[in-house]
Amino acid sequence: MSERLNELTAGALGKKIQAKEVSVKEALDATFAAIDEKEESVHAYITLNRDAAYKTADEVQKKIDAGELTSPLAGVPVAIKDNMCTEGLKTTCASKILYNFIPTFTSTAVENLQNAGAIILGKTNMDEFAMGSTTETSAFGVTRNPRDITRVPGGSSGGSAAAVAADECAYALGSDTGGSIRQPAGYCGVVGLKPTYGTVSRYGLIAYGSSLDQIGPLTKDVTDTALILEAISSYDKKDSTSVNRTDTDFTSALVNDVKCLKIGIPRDYFGDGLDPEVAAAVKKAADELKAAGAVVEEFDLSLVKYAIPAYYTIADAEASSNLERFDGIKYGYRAEDFTDLHDLYKKSRSEGFGPEVQRRIMLGSFVLSSGYYDAYYLKALKVKALIKKAFDEAFAKYDLILGPVAPTTAPELGKSLSDPIKMYLGDIYTISVNLAGLPGICLPCGRDSKGLPIGLQLIGDCFKESTLIRTAYTYEQLRGSF
Amino acid sequence: MSKEYETVIGLEVHVELATKTKIFCGCSTAFGAEPNAHTCPVCTGMPGSLPVLNKQVVEYAMAVGLATNCDITRHCKFDRKNYFYPDNPQNYQISQLYLPICRNGYVEIETGKLSENQKNALKGKTGSDIAESGEIKKKRVGIHEIHMEEDAGKLVHDDWGEVSLVDYNRSGVPLIEIVSEPDMRSAEEVIAYLEKLRMIIQYLGASDCKLQEGSMRADVNLSVREVGSTEFGTRTEMKNLNSFTSITHAIEGERNRQIDILESGGKVIQETRRWDDTKFESYAMRSKEDAQDYRYFPDPDLLPVDIADEWIEKVKAAQPEFREAKIERYKQEYQIPDYDIELITASKRMADIFEEASGICGQPKKVSNWLMVETMRLLKEKSMDPDQIRFSPANLAKLIELVDSKVINNSTAKEVFEVMFDNDTDPAKYVEEHGMKQENDEGAVKAICEKVIAENPQSVADYKGGKDKAIGFLVGQVMKAAKGKADPGTANKILKELLAQ
Repeated sequence: MSERLNELTAGALGKKIQAKEVSVKEALDATFAAIDEKEESVHAYITLNRDAAYKTADEVQKKIDAGELTSPLAGVPVAIKDNMCTEGLKTTCASKILYNFIPTFTSTAVENLQNAGAIILGKTNMDEFAMGSTTETSAFGVTRNPRDITRVPGGSSGGSAAAVAADECAYALGSDTGGSIRQPAGYCGVVGLKPTYGTVSRYGLIAYGSSLDQIGPLTKDVTDTALILEAISSYDKKDSTSVNRTDTDFTSALVNDVKCLKIGIPRDYFGDGLDPEVAAAVKKAADELKAAGAVVEEFDLSLVKYAIPAYYTIADAEASSNLERFDGIKYGYRAEDFTDLHDLYKKSRSEGFGPEVQRRIMLGSFVLSSGYYDAYYLKALKVKALIKKAFDEAFAKYDLILGPVAPTTAPELGKSLSDPIKMYLGDIYTISVNLAGLPGICLPCGRDSKGLPIGLQLIGDCFKESTLIRTAYTYEQLRGSF
Repeated sequence: MSKEYETVIGLEVHVELATKTKIFCGCSTAFGAEPNAHTCPVCTGMPGSLPVLNKQVVEYAMAVGLATNCDITRHCKFDRKNYFYPDNPQNYQISQLYLPICRNGYVEIETGKLSENQKNALKGKTGSDIAESGEIKKKRVGIHEIHMEEDAGKLVHDDWGEVSLVDYNRSGVPLIEIVSEPDMRSAEEVIAYLEKLRMIIQYLGASDCKLQEGSMRADVNLSVREVGSTEFGTRTEMKNLNSFTSITHAIEGERNRQIDILESGGKVIQETRRWDDTKFESYAMRSKEDAQDYRYFPDPDLLPVDIADEWIEKVKAAQPEFREAKIERYKQEYQIPDYDIELITASKRMADIFEEASGICGQPKKVSNWLMVETMRLLKEKSMDPDQIRFSPANLAKLIELVDSKVINNSTAKEVFEVMFDNDTDPAKYVEEHGMKQENDEGAVKAICEKVIAENPQSVADYKGGKDKAIGFLVGQVMKAAKGKADPGTANKILKELLAQ
């Protein structure tokens, strides 16, 4: 067989499995072969689930053969970001503090995939507790960008994006709090979608910023994005912020047609700091959509520069509280020498959390402190509400917003962490989407002169994933293979 | 003491709600299970778990708020109170700070009329803690707010080993905290307030409110000031008060401690103190300086609770008849003494039994007698609360009917009642099975009477000589010979007839 099974999209592989052209085990063999070949240079995974994966493959194959499993994802191998709980499978959040943590239950999103017959390959690397934009804050080593191993894959879902780009899985799940699916998708040249807040259950996702976190797919094409999103979306009573949607038939949005679609391009997204090559590629994509019949217009979104301080205030405040449970008492890392309870807390947390996580815990604790709460946290919530309002006004005029996903293509390894402010500024195009709870998709729209992928971001109004998928699908046809 | 002081007291009362499941997960709230038997990822704070609000908690909180004249916050939120301690698995407690569910309420208390609890608690006390006797004073105590929150787990320290163990069975059990205004001036008022709250909450069925078992816990905020002053003094907060007696002791002790400090020219420090009721003294737990910053903020995992008017109306409509209304109705409906009404309505359980049993047998006076005399006696003997009464109103009614229809006499009935009190035994069955039916065959009783007359010539002579009381002895002898099964009235009648011949 000349065709390498691990290189297929999830949809294509699933079809072959259903048609009995390929067995689940063959798909798994090909994928693990790719993993064995590439992990040394890419290091997309923290934990591999080899034995259990083969066991599940047997069970899934039997159900497929018996006609009990007809999902297009049955038997298709998936990589899961290591901040989603998987029963019996180590879940570390790329942190020393959870280096040995084995959950007692599986997150709803992963469970939805398992019910469709997905085979879990392993848990992917990430920035520690999803805090970072390069996957360099992982306690278990960096992940390298498969397009250029001297560069970062982006973050925080860098392991998931790299695994997809390196064909070390058919598709992956990531989580996006401020761009953590879309930005690595952009850097690695794959498709990443962050759904509307509440579309995918957060139950079992180890929280970073609870009001911003969403799980979403990282895939090889837009068709897979629709397929996976449809599978993981569900109303979950276990997540109070889950939304009961009836419009989750996303595959029906795979339509090659953007005629009369109104696309707004925020001028604010093309200001200082944007790499000219990135700007050119994104504008070119807009032109192609225009040529296909879309109405494209520039406009002023406003408030863009306030998104970063508001985001880091809210996300870090929530994180400072969310991460309190990691204390060395019940599970995870515990310092060896301590004198009393508080010394145990201090040492376990100081030794267990890396510097970026500690920085954000301190920032978050500060903005919630008595006397500062009003000035920082409440003000940030007000900014968040204003940003939502600015988007509401934009979506009164446009069906979607188009722009870059990041100011540059993937930076070199080791160049980002020394200047956290600069790293935070790199989130400028993605974080307001989280603050407003909107869906956003990133897909490749070209390469820069160094051959690095450039990401195109499309932002939709709440619950308008279908518009994003239709537009992205149309653009993908216009663009041709990447 | 050169100056006269006034005590200013406000209370923070925690009440454990009687829901079957916890506030944010489906685990049971039942007492007495093996450690950590009633736990799940949510109430043990496992990574990735999320809270889901139990609506019944909101309903109970609303019911208590409505019964205490509070405004209901239509858009209320949960906040996280952040602090590190192993009994708190997430290291934050989900509570309400910014938008508590109920605000600006009050309850009316009566002082001057001492209840049993007050009498016990004030035993041996004189002076300011006891109001002028006989005079009933009514007073409103303001309720600042009522908020919902989750309870913590329990730490078990092993004194011999070097370990502490945690039991999360109580973690996530729903609580409401009722915060009063600083409106109380004496231990008597404090106890009247607590009794009032307890009565309301028990009537609502929202909690059993047991101080000893911790389902009701009160922290006392107390300061003193010179009489006539309008400024508040510096207050302290007293914890670990688990009976009305210890609350009374703590108030007296803290009042005296603060006055002593002020009298000797010192300053009261704002601090939290722990009362030790065995030593009759308190000690400082933590001062304001090392008070923690709890970094409260709205819990992003929970949606705000929007309470529609319809929901409030529904809860209002489901409110039970409270004690005051019950007392008025009983006075109209039942011919029983006011004193009986007071005592019976003091417990909802007792009142329910009274109404149901009276409804069945149509003899409210007799039901009331059983409750006032035998039930009260047995409750006291077994140191039980009326809430723990096990016998059913139906069986009490049946017992009364057995006496009325002369199947058993009163003394047998008391014997049967004791069994019924313990096991809710069916009295008719019990009487049948134990051959306790009274002898209603007049012929048989007559034969016994004749025998007794023959065997007790002295008493017969006494009776005939004008000593009417001698008949009592003879009736007693008849009952003895009949092994208690005769009806004393019948025996009396037959004896008199025989002796008159």
